[in-house]
Amino acid sequence: MKSKLFHGRQKMADLIAQNHNLILFMPRFGIPLGFKDKRVDEVCSENGISTELFLLVCNVCTYDDYLPTIDEIASARLAGLVAFLKASHTYYLEKIPHIGDHLKRIADQMEERYGAILYKFYADYQSELKEHFVYEESVVFPYLEELRAGSRRRENLLHLNDKHEGIEETLGDLTQIVYKYLPGNLMPEESIDVVFDILQLSSDFQKHYLIEEKIVMPYIHWLEGRNS
Amino acid sequence: MSRLISLQIVESSEIIVEGLKAILEGEGFNILAPMSSAAMLRDRLPQVAPDILLVNPTLLGPQAAEMVAELQSMRPQMPIAALVYEYVPAEELQAYGGVVDIRMPRNKAAALLHGLIGDATAAEPLENYELSAREMDVLTLIAQGLSSKEIADRLCISIHTVNSHRKNITRKTGIKSVAGLAVYAMLHNLS
Repeated sequence: MKSKLFHGRQKMADLIAQNHNLILFMPRFGIPLGFKDKRVDEVCSENGISTELFLLVCNVCTYDDYLPTIDEIASARLAGLVAFLKASHTYYLEKIPHIGDHLKRIADQMEERYGAILYKFYADYQSELKEHFVYEESVVFPYLEELRAGSRRRENLLHLNDKHEGIEETLGDLTQIVYKYLPGNLMPEESIDVVFDILQLSSDFQKHYLIEEKIVMPYIHWLEGRNS
Repeated sequence: MSRLISLQIVESSEIIVEGLKAILEGEGFNILAPMSSAAMLRDRLPQVAPDILLVNPTLLGPQAAEMVAELQSMRPQMPIAALVYEYVPAEELQAYGGVVDIRMPRNKAAALLHGLIGDATAAEPLENYELSAREMDVLTLIAQGLSSKEIADRLCISIHTVNSHRKNITRKTGIKSVAGLAVYAMLHNLS
């Protein structure tokens, strides 16, 4: 397992070649494209990003069976972690209304009461997701920063895994509804685009949850232990 | 697609782990990042919370049976199976819900694990995707926001039967959430 993980002395471009989804993470880390043939550690240090953090995230998101050890997490410089997570949220919050606009156009073509329920389903999903992000940004992330600063205060965090599963389930249902159960002659191209967008978003979310479950939560538990 | 069953393997040999993954993926399992020691298992289990555990008893040391009993009391719903490829005395295997021997035929391992989780149906391909009349009744009531208990009372059937209808509805339609089922019902003029 260890042997196939990404490391700092590889070319940045090789990481993207191996897993093109990582390109979405570049702006979230504040790394501009155009990094030529530079190594990962060079690109990271030029942009003031911790190489360990960058590699942890890329490895977790590329190798499904990779679970970083507590030592790897504890010894990494994770200063940019919260900024990265917040940047991901910002990306999702921009993407979601975009999908909503597509769906709205499809819904407008349908008989009114059907269109309305489809659109309401998405609107409810959107508000559930926003609420979850607000929770993370107002409770989980500040708590993490406090712990990093040595705080001994204890927060009883909700079980994030359960929430993630629920959100994932709704998005899965939406794709099924759009490609299986909406009338097929209704804006076929737009429907395919929107399903593709949703699938892409859903796989991006899954990676985001993996980061929270395999890096953020173990890190919080470790900090709690360290500070007590 | 029913939900994947998350399987935690505890095994130190990469060759064995990769082999199990090749065999079990696509059989309804989501194989979690493997663990290679008893200490790691103890630390991580509460957080990883798998549906089923497959563990090599020799990694748990001389107190294996006690540890299995302890893990079982931590997570009573989670079946624990032994992963065996060398001789382990039969009495030491009693603590486990089942035994996967690596010499088993490939389809038997998946069937055994499905059996442990009481999910024998998941491996069978579905032949009829049409909802039955009763399933449509249940779906209509789900879409109206009724709980399983309320549906059971309304249709004069047991809550167990309602849950089994719900499971079948999700298997047939691919839709899991109540909100999604409500949309489905609406599109099919069931509400």
